[in-house]
Amino acid sequence: MRRYSVFAIAREALRHHQGWGRAWRAPEPKSRYDVIIVGAGGHGLATAYYLGKNHGIRNVAILEKGWLGGGNTGRNTTIIRSNYLQDPSAALYEKARSLYESLSQELNYNIMFSPRGVMMLAQTEHEVRGYRRTARANALQGVETEFIGPQRVKELCPIMNVSGPRYPVLGALWQPRGGTARHDAVAWGYARACSDMGMDIVQKCEVTGIRTERGRVAGVETTQGAIDCDKLAIAVAGHSGRLADMAGFRLPIESVALQALVSEPIKPCMDVVVMANTVHGYMSQSDKGEMVIGGGTDGFNNYTQRGSFHHIEETVRALIETFPMISRLRMLRQWGGIVDVTGDRSPIITTTPVQNLFMNAGWGTGGFKAIPGSGWAMAELMAKGEPGPLAAAFGLDRFAEGRFIDESVAAGVAH
Amino acid sequence: MTGTNRIPGGLIDRDKPLGFTFNGRAFQGFAGDTLASALIANGQRLIGRSFKYHRPRGIFTAGPEEPNALVELRTGASQEPNTRATTTELFEGLNARSQNHRGSLKYDIMAVNDLFARFLSAGFYYKTFMWPKSFWERVYEPIIRASAGLGRLSMQADPDHYDKGFLHCDVLIIGAGPAGLQAALSAGRAGVRVILADEDFRMGGRLNAERCEVAGTGGATWAAAAVAELESMGNVRLMTRTTVYGVFDHGIYGALERNTDHLPDAAGAPRQTLWRIYAGRSVLATGATERSVAFGNNDRPGVMLAGAVRAYVNRYGATPGRRVAVFTNNDDGWRTARDLRAHGIEIAAVIDSRTDTAPNPFPEVKTLFGEAVAETCGRGGLREIITTGGKRISADCLAVSGGWTPNLHLTCHLGGKPVWRDDLAAFVPGNALPPGMRVAGAAAGQMTLARCLQEGDAAGRAVAEDLGRAAPAANVPKATDEPAGITALWQVKGARGRCWVDLQNDVTTKDITLSHREGFRSVEHLKRYTTLGMATDQGKTSNLPGLALMAEASGKTIPETGTTTFRPPYVPVAIGAFGAGAKGAGFKPVRLTPSHEWARDRGAVFTEAGQWLRAQWYPQPGETDWRTSANREAQTTRNAVGICDVTTLGKIDIKGRDAAAFLNLVYTNGFAKLPVGKVRYGLMLREDGIVYDDGTTSRLGENHFVMTTTTANAGLVYQRLEFARQCLAAHLDVHLISVTDGWAQFAVAGPESRALLQKIVDAGHDISNAAFPYMACGEMTVCGGIRARLFRISFSGELAYEIAVPARYGDSMIRALIAAGEPFGVAPYGTEALGIMRIEKGHPVAAELTGQTTARMLGMARMVSDKKDCIGNVLSRRPEMTAPGQPRLMGFRPVDRAQMLTAGAHFIARGAEAVTENDQGWMTSVAWSPALGHSVGLGFIARGEDRIGEVVRAWDGLRKTDIEVEIVSAHFVDPEGERLRA
Repeated sequence: MRRYSVFAIAREALRHHQGWGRAWRAPEPKSRYDVIIVGAGGHGLATAYYLGKNHGIRNVAILEKGWLGGGNTGRNTTIIRSNYLQDPSAALYEKARSLYESLSQELNYNIMFSPRGVMMLAQTEHEVRGYRRTARANALQGVETEFIGPQRVKELCPIMNVSGPRYPVLGALWQPRGGTARHDAVAWGYARACSDMGMDIVQKCEVTGIRTERGRVAGVETTQGAIDCDKLAIAVAGHSGRLADMAGFRLPIESVALQALVSEPIKPCMDVVVMANTVHGYMSQSDKGEMVIGGGTDGFNNYTQRGSFHHIEETVRALIETFPMISRLRMLRQWGGIVDVTGDRSPIITTTPVQNLFMNAGWGTGGFKAIPGSGWAMAELMAKGEPGPLAAAFGLDRFAEGRFIDESVAAGVAH
Repeated sequence: MTGTNRIPGGLIDRDKPLGFTFNGRAFQGFAGDTLASALIANGQRLIGRSFKYHRPRGIFTAGPEEPNALVELRTGASQEPNTRATTTELFEGLNARSQNHRGSLKYDIMAVNDLFARFLSAGFYYKTFMWPKSFWERVYEPIIRASAGLGRLSMQADPDHYDKGFLHCDVLIIGAGPAGLQAALSAGRAGVRVILADEDFRMGGRLNAERCEVAGTGGATWAAAAVAELESMGNVRLMTRTTVYGVFDHGIYGALERNTDHLPDAAGAPRQTLWRIYAGRSVLATGATERSVAFGNNDRPGVMLAGAVRAYVNRYGATPGRRVAVFTNNDDGWRTARDLRAHGIEIAAVIDSRTDTAPNPFPEVKTLFGEAVAETCGRGGLREIITTGGKRISADCLAVSGGWTPNLHLTCHLGGKPVWRDDLAAFVPGNALPPGMRVAGAAAGQMTLARCLQEGDAAGRAVAEDLGRAAPAANVPKATDEPAGITALWQVKGARGRCWVDLQNDVTTKDITLSHREGFRSVEHLKRYTTLGMATDQGKTSNLPGLALMAEASGKTIPETGTTTFRPPYVPVAIGAFGAGAKGAGFKPVRLTPSHEWARDRGAVFTEAGQWLRAQWYPQPGETDWRTSANREAQTTRNAVGICDVTTLGKIDIKGRDAAAFLNLVYTNGFAKLPVGKVRYGLMLREDGIVYDDGTTSRLGENHFVMTTTTANAGLVYQRLEFARQCLAAHLDVHLISVTDGWAQFAVAGPESRALLQKIVDAGHDISNAAFPYMACGEMTVCGGIRARLFRISFSGELAYEIAVPARYGDSMIRALIAAGEPFGVAPYGTEALGIMRIEKGHPVAAELTGQTTARMLGMARMVSDKKDCIGNVLSRRPEMTAPGQPRLMGFRPVDRAQMLTAGAHFIARGAEAVTENDQGWMTSVAWSPALGHSVGLGFIARGEDRIGEVVRAWDGLRKTDIEVEIVSAHFVDPEGERLRA
């Protein structure tokens, strides 16, 4: 693999950039792999990457029905944080966040992790109590957060109206090392590193069936033919239920549309990520100058990657309440992604009723932030056949056993 | 300054001159001008700077597709960044500034970026800025960020307000060009309810911009007559300045009407209206957008789309140049030459890349067939062009036509995929159109005026037929069927210098080939890697050329390479419009209790609970902090009598023969055997077995119950009950209605509460302990005949009642209760005193019912009846939820009674380290108990029921406290419940 650096750019600039190769190879699929991963989004690619890096498993194919990173990896609002309430969540998301810190250097691909700080606004007394509780839990978990007052909120985010007439800001849960990253680059960076380890990334290759023999996975049928494998991972947020159905089991997941939007680019005016649960919206400004805005999920299940008219209205209303000065700014694009929602709003990293078939699903509205940690945990699960400490709590069995990792209250805002 | 490039003719009103300023310089235009046309008329070529390289840019188009001519419009709080000069109607006093430059527009120091362009290839930032690691945060990203964005936010709250509205019609016709106008005429004449919307301030579309003839008259004249006829129809609504920006499910179209953007001042009127249009059918008649060709330095001010040149010359009486060259690959480009000629503007040359065209219609004009423009020259603006044949032609304007792309955006919003047509060198709408939509005219790939009119007529009549109306006979005005041949040309072979594809984001042909080389070949990867089409113009002029160039690089056809698809909105929409009506306090309504006025007059401090404003405490003279007031209120209640407005609790009236059976389904505990005149506490689970809500339900009659819910869940519980009634238990005879607002309800609590109520309740109603014991309820009259309901229930733990009267008597009731209580020393109490007393009694509220709590954790496992089924019953018995060792709600008191507990503290064994592994639970609620004289707390701790008397630590990582606490019963006060039965 050609190493990226400022010197490489300088050399290439002198010969009109003729010397760059593909960021990742585009091979024909082989007839058999040790491991096949369905879904070349962040989670699938990170799983492959850590399988190779941590466990030496490199005869791996990552199959993608569309284009790499085209699902929720390329549709989210790129927020990274780990200020979760429950211990297993905090451990997993903090692992992910800490891996993000040096991911650019590790992958030799600038994923632009930008730890500009994430604040979750408390705008009712109830929220103040809730976030204070989270801050206390985080203190115990070793996750760096604090509860800050409205004055500090204003200092960190001067464009916010902290004394709004309806929901004044009473404080915020502040994670100074939370932030954002360039979502596409995360997928591309992992893809390039996987390709470099000899793994095959096959785009436009849709899995149409899962073959099993005596309760054990044997391979997949795809639009590019049948491919055998020893182990199979499914990481297809938004379509997890459909893939599970192919393998003959069901998942406790509902699929709903989550919408996001960006504004026209403007000169920098907001340095931190702000999430507001009571009014229900969140916003940050990208390095390109666009305000990136998200809200809640639609209240009905569907697979169309678009959202309803009224939900955008609700999200935007919420943000105008908190940021009255963005009112004259224009919305440039809106889009939707399909998210897998579980009953306890926590993900599933698990073995399944089919031997050697593993599942990574249920990230709901907040999977992007978890990508490195999720890949790490999933790779460990696949390599050893049983979950390591990060994934242990997130098994599918927790639903049958009644062991919840409930984040619906503290995670609150749909993200 | 008067217009140096003003020419006669056009649709501007020369009797209405308008003064405006650009970058502080005063200019004059006329009513009917856009800012762009007025700037052109004044000879202003340099308008702005591009995003990445800060290249000088001028006006490129005459419509919403404009990538270059973006300005900051208006001043102060009304400042609007990134506003297209091409769609901004001129008004008196308009103030616009160019954007994205440091220093003056002409001498932008950031233009230095252009010198390093060679290093700043597509996606270069993914390959660098990684070393040393700490520099990304401290050096690189701040620099990148500092150069981000185009215009600036005003940094002040928007002074304008916005409106929203709902419209319904049989057919929404989008676009009032020839096809749209004719469709509206044909549908309107058939009596169909029509809405005709157009983004322009003048209807007519290209008819206003072309020299053409319809029905024997000029196109613009015909359009005006058509508009006049439509205006006369009662069934047609015409909406100018209205952009239909998106299609949504269920026949919903989003539209933005700009009410006052063309005025100097909104003067109190809503600036814009966001319309939600419900349309049975729609006709998409949005026309087409012209595109450019990639050749060297095709971005210089003075290079303009050929159709835009015609628009400025014909409609606005402003010529973009005095010596204009035309470069085309299609017949339409020649119309520009024809119109310029008609206006007497000098034509430097017509360059047609095709070799097989008909002979030159304008013999006196220099024409070059089979050649193309290789490069342009001119610092700050076009001066000369160089053709592929090496000819140098001096010109101050180059009109470029690379062909027309149908505006099919809205056909994609519900997932439709466009299909390619080689003969047009463009995509046209595919078959999977949004339900009820027809496409007519150029949007459907009909590139001649006569075909547009015919298709519009056909669409209008077809809609009428769909709706069962007698459609009129075809009635299409006569127009010429001019030629519309094209031979695709995306980039000029032998071009010199950089060839621009996306003018705003500065994407060149080389960026696209680099994207291909590096494997970013799908359309989405191309967009994301190069930023092609991601700018404020949404790639209206660049998406298709970008795709075509990717196809050329791959050696594939365009349809093999991909399609262009679109997401809402069609043009960027002000965020304020989406939030219409939600400004400030209008964001969410506030609900007031029946005693609000009384409480306010008494100086109560209010807090919000589930949108209700509830009295938090009632300060009395001399009381300086909430704690003093709340403690007094709690003590008065415990020792005498207190009154609290509890109207906010949800109330659901449940009637029917099967009402009791229904309650058995939704509550964990049984209600079937509850006698009439009795109240029972009920617990509700979610489907997954977690506690959802609690409250009391009273049986007022054999088939009549009244349920109460928590304040926050009132609406949600009602929804769940409706769901259960309609979907789970449709066979039951049960009827529900929310009566939360219908009854004012007050808690009257304390040892003197009965004595107080006896003064209120009308004679004949016995509420003595024997006749009306704990958990009794009944209907009676109070205050001389007022209908009331009395419930003997207690949240405070004292002898207590709740009395409900119709809401309109609520204000009188609070006054009557207080008056009756005077002799007993009555005090109203707020939510703080309520909170203190419920903690003293160990009653769970939201802090305990977090959506993570089982009945078992509350010590209420036996309330989940195993004699009957209920929602959540089965899943509540899952092994981990019933295993020993679960957290249990317990009471906690500090070993050193002087210490104050904090909610959210975690329980850690004495001597253990404060880490996750040693976490035993957490404190949910705390209060300083006036009854006990020390701090008390409730919390969940593992195996709490077996650990009474044990001492653990309450560790608070936020306040940095570490306090020893003793585990005790959650019932601090009157654990046997003697007081409430007194």
